[in-house]
Amino acid sequence: MGSTVTQQIFQQIVNGLSLGSIYALIALGYTMVYGIVKLINFAHGDVMMVGAYSGWFAITALHMPFLPALIFSMLSCALLGVLIERIAYKPLRNATRIAALITAIGVSLFLEYGGMLLVTAQVRTYPPVFPETRYEIYGVIFKYGDIVMLVTSVVLMVLLHITVQYTKMGKAMRAVSFDKDAALLMGINTNNIISFTFAIGSALAAAAGVLMGVYFNTIDPLMGIIPGLKAFVAAVLGGIGIIPGAMVGGLALGLVESIVSGLGASTWRDAVSFLILILVLIIKPSGLFGKNVREKV
Amino acid sequence: MRNLFNRQNIVALLGIVLLYAVVQGLIVSDIMPPFYKLTLIQICIYIILATSLNLINGITGQFSIGHAGFMAIGAYISAIITTILNGPLVLGLLAGAIVAALAGILVGLPTLRLKGDYLAIATLGFGEIVRIIFLNTEYVGGAAGFTLPSKITWTWAFGLMALSVVLMKNFVNSTHGRACISIRENEIAAESMGVNTTKYKVMAFTMGAFFAGLAGGIYANYFYIIQPMTFNFLLSFNILVMIVLGGLGSMTGGIVGAIVMTLASALLAGVPEWRNVITAVLLVIMMIFRPTGIMGTKEFSLNFLGKKSEKNAASKN
Amino acid sequence: MPLLKIDNLSKSFGGLKAVSNLNIEINQGELIGLIGPNGAGKTTVFNLLTGVYDKTEGKMTFQDREVSGLKPYQVTQRGMARTFQNIRLFSDLSVIDNVKIAYHQRTSYSTVSALFRFPSYYSGEEEMLRKAMELLKIFNLEDKAQETAKNLPYGEQRRLEIARALGTEPKLLLLDEPAAGMNPQETQDLMNLIRWIREQFKLTILLIEHDMSLVMGVCERIYVLDYGTIIAQGTPDEIKNNPKVIEAYLGEEVV
Repeated sequence: MGSTVTQQIFQQIVNGLSLGSIYALIALGYTMVYGIVKLINFAHGDVMMVGAYSGWFAITALHMPFLPALIFSMLSCALLGVLIERIAYKPLRNATRIAALITAIGVSLFLEYGGMLLVTAQVRTYPPVFPETRYEIYGVIFKYGDIVMLVTSVVLMVLLHITVQYTKMGKAMRAVSFDKDAALLMGINTNNIISFTFAIGSALAAAAGVLMGVYFNTIDPLMGIIPGLKAFVAAVLGGIGIIPGAMVGGLALGLVESIVSGLGASTWRDAVSFLILILVLIIKPSGLFGKNVREKV
Repeated sequence: MRNLFNRQNIVALLGIVLLYAVVQGLIVSDIMPPFYKLTLIQICIYIILATSLNLINGITGQFSIGHAGFMAIGAYISAIITTILNGPLVLGLLAGAIVAALAGILVGLPTLRLKGDYLAIATLGFGEIVRIIFLNTEYVGGAAGFTLPSKITWTWAFGLMALSVVLMKNFVNSTHGRACISIRENEIAAESMGVNTTKYKVMAFTMGAFFAGLAGGIYANYFYIIQPMTFNFLLSFNILVMIVLGGLGSMTGGIVGAIVMTLASALLAGVPEWRNVITAVLLVIMMIFRPTGIMGTKEFSLNFLGKKSEKNAASKN
Repeated sequence: MPLLKIDNLSKSFGGLKAVSNLNIEINQGELIGLIGPNGAGKTTVFNLLTGVYDKTEGKMTFQDREVSGLKPYQVTQRGMARTFQNIRLFSDLSVIDNVKIAYHQRTSYSTVSALFRFPSYYSGEEEMLRKAMELLKIFNLEDKAQETAKNLPYGEQRRLEIARALGTEPKLLLLDEPAAGMNPQETQDLMNLIRWIREQFKLTILLIEHDMSLVMGVCERIYVLDYGTIIAQGTPDEIKNNPKVIEAYLGEEVV
């Protein structure tokens, strides 16, 4: 039975939103870290990869069902994120931007190639965690897995929003983002807040990793590179440092990618992301939700 | 220095010719093992890449991490000319460099308003877009790549490297180079002192791109095959590491960094899985403990050979 | 015909009016002061004049030509030079390199000449070196020519900034709080220096300052800015006793 154009469009939208929610989860980590320490954490995509592997380990070796595996993965990557920050980034807090950026890339390479040494470049497969049930509404197919992914992403984003807006920690995070020195003077332990931010960002990336494993079935040590870059584009699109921006940017990018694939130009899919990046930087570098800040002369 | 024919220049020239002659002698008399020759030519290529990136990042202070894109353009354009169009090598290399330079203008102009991190990711995006374009272009072989005969000899590689370094050094040690450095030091003050910062930022990008394209052409015409996946972000990053290792802002540092990294890579060629991990760890350690690199911003200078009165009056070159 | 004429100049940042309806006239050779409480908009005026900010309304005429819309480097080429409130030296460059940059715009050799070391490169470099050293000698900094700029003591850094600005051979010099951070003796030396360079270089000088001893001691006329508008202008004596000025600085109750 053939599907109509409308059905195809809706199918792409569904696919796009699923993919987009994964990008959003990763983008959130980028944006929160940039907001708080003005660092582009190039290693973030690779943290996602570690999350995917942790989840895989939990499911295959520890025989955990989906939800506990997800939590296990999130916790281990939260720890990883804090470790990376303390060891590699903290010493460079007052260094030049280029030094910090290079260090981040160094950590990224370490995770990628260290990972290759550890688990070999061989691709691993996620065992099926969800029933193969499919739902069909007006010819558009929703897999059980799609729905779980979307719901998980949304739940996590809502939890994040609540944490940032309504808890004391969240308020402290926002204060440190705004003005680190002033926050310090107000008695906020900025080091802990920064670690906390890295922990949350990494946990979200881990969740994204597990979801990617479920969605795409296969994982490999270099899987974090391209989604990491794309999530970064999403964060810039929404406005780097701005949390709702990362969510919107992620979803938007997922949709655009889906449409491009749907139009048959999937080899150009990656180029489209970079094109969006360049366009944003040229037209409005502060992103959709961002404000322009002048340098004082 | 009163004119071109001063003590420093003559000594430098003698040193360059000597270095060339020794290696050429070893090659011609078959004493040099092929792997060594390959490494030496690689060093020449990377010296051009490192010093040209230094023009943009170190001298002018613009954060560019897409240098592989310019190299790729030079590689492919020169390959097309020497192979498909059967042109002479000189033309291929020159054309590759010029087209890369044009790309430099194209990248430089719109991205000039961006600062720091934003400029970095824009250049990253540019590098990736170039790679993907070549990946999807069947005319140049797509993913499989482009094969071509190897016409580059030690003479070509060394000669072009020496020429490039001399030209770039001449630029830096002039009022135009100083204008670029002033932009790095304090862009607003530079503008206020009458420096057309837009013009010089574009000039730096263009020149850096030109020489990167030249290096790309040399690479293509030596290694028999070029593939899009060679010119990826990792390559751009490696070049960046070379100049940071050597000392950002120091032309000598760029040369030192290129030599050290290429040699290290050659030494570790037997254990490729470990090479990248070791590089990454060393890199992070270096950033934490000595971010200014080996040379800092100092240059190796032959000024000690100059006349005493000149030394006192002349500034640090 | 005035050297600099500012007519009805206004600048808004979004909803905030930083400067409104400014009218200033400066004649060749004058030494004018621009004072006012913090945040009055004084540096904004400098930034507008030198092209760092774009005006919202009004006209700025320098040497009979409109200068609004020019980029900062073009303004400098026209003959207006400035120093900065927070010193903006090229910190990691040597003292002499800092000054050499100023001579760049009047450079006598092209990029090609630099690349291939034509004779014009060598003569051009020599001229720049000579002129820069002369300037340093005038400012008593020639012994420090090879010193890195950031290693100079604060007072010398400020002197270097002024020297560098003079390297651009300006007709009008804008000094932004040149006495900031100086003790009374240094301020006195600065006053003498300002008077002297005006004579020596045939300058017209507009300066922003908080240090009243310097302003009153050196300026011939003063404009007083508050909340972006000029509330008074006149000679130092007139300004000293102007109730509006006193109110602006010390508040209503004092008057």
